[in-house]
Amino acid sequence: MIGFRVDGRSGVPPYLQIVQQVRQALRMGVLGVGDQLPTVREVVAAVAVNPNTVLKAYRDLEREGLVEARAGQGTFVLARPAGPPPGTHSRLGRSLARWVHEARSAGLDDESIESLLRVTLQAGGSTGFLGEGIA
Amino acid sequence: MSEPHRVKVVAAPPALAIETSGLTKRYRRVTALSECSMVVPEGRICALIGPNGAGKTTLLRMLAGLAAPTAGTASVLGGTPRQDPAFLADIGFLAQEMPLYRRMSAADHIKIGAHLNSRWDGESARARLLGLDIPLGRAVGTLSGGQRAQVALALTLAKKPRVLLLDEPVAALDPLARRHFLGTLTSAVAETDGALTVVLSSHLIADIERVCDYLILLTRSQVQLAGDIEDLLAEHKVLIGPKKDTGALAATHTVVHTTTTARQSTLLVRVGGPLIDPAYEAADISLEELVLGYMGASAAPAYAGLTTVAEG
Repeated sequence: MIGFRVDGRSGVPPYLQIVQQVRQALRMGVLGVGDQLPTVREVVAAVAVNPNTVLKAYRDLEREGLVEARAGQGTFVLARPAGPPPGTHSRLGRSLARWVHEARSAGLDDESIESLLRVTLQAGGSTGFLGEGIA
Repeated sequence: MSEPHRVKVVAAPPALAIETSGLTKRYRRVTALSECSMVVPEGRICALIGPNGAGKTTLLRMLAGLAAPTAGTASVLGGTPRQDPAFLADIGFLAQEMPLYRRMSAADHIKIGAHLNSRWDGESARARLLGLDIPLGRAVGTLSGGQRAQVALALTLAKKPRVLLLDEPVAALDPLARRHFLGTLTSAVAETDGALTVVLSSHLIADIERVCDYLILLTRSQVQLAGDIEDLLAEHKVLIGPKKDTGALAATHTVVHTTTTARQSTLLVRVGGPLIDPAYEAADISLEELVLGYMGASAAPAYAGLTTVAEG
């Protein structure tokens, strides 16, 4: 069984934090196929979130095919999330490290790098977006 | 483009626990609440937000049948709020000052409650308090503020209310006591599977963000914003761009609030169509920005001609 953390100040909606923590636990192997997720009441009592938030998170995970709700029993893991083959993370991590080195050499501090990354992600990865909006 | 990942579940419109129309309360020359029209669907935990004196307590007291409206109507669970056992049986109201007899113990309170209420689940109150390690036999006045708040909440929940009205229940509590109090509240809502509707006034955005899924924002005795929090966040954006005329923007969108520096404008807009002006960078809005934006927008104009407000 896993426990959740909900950070009211993270800017990520609470339901999405729960979804992300389940996906993460599945990727890391903390949760496996057949394992039960905590019940809505258990989550609500432990982290004081709205019950609808937990329900919504579990419904999202169900739609993704990762978990299934069994009537009267609870919610169980059906599958691990589809992901890239092993080694992909470390390979991308190495090329990102090279890029970060290049950015620092160019004089960007961590905050600038983070905001650059965020803006690029928000732009959907397309290029040529950076406008005057950024101070 | 593919369909958005999130699918909106289509369901019958939910029953309304609370509905007000033009609800107004005047005390002599002071208008405490003006033309309040809003709904709260059943099963929601609704935050009532607003500056001090905005009319939050007045609204809660009218919904609880403790104050009669000067004009307009309110309906709670289909009935008009009034001091009548038939109406009050379904309503739990917890005032800011948490009415408890300081010399009596929690167990005494639970026993008295059984005499005063037709429907009373003293066992659940006892179990809840024992689960929190709160001594049932000690005079309530000797308990900590957080423990007293838990006793008051457990007693209110023992009535098995279908609508729970809480006036700043956590304002005086430390962060840990607040978290425990909200845990009790959300657990109670989870236990009822959507049959309990809560309205709670609070200033603490972080608490509201984790606990509430519905919002009513009052400023200067008027409703500025009411609705599902997620919908409200999706409908609003923060636009950052050069300082320039916003006329074109205002044709499509509602500009709620503008903050301007020498070079840059930050706009809070209610989105009415696609955002196409490339001069602006559009960002998602946080609940705090949304609330502050609407409060700021309402504070801006001169107070001339408007009555001041006293909290009831």
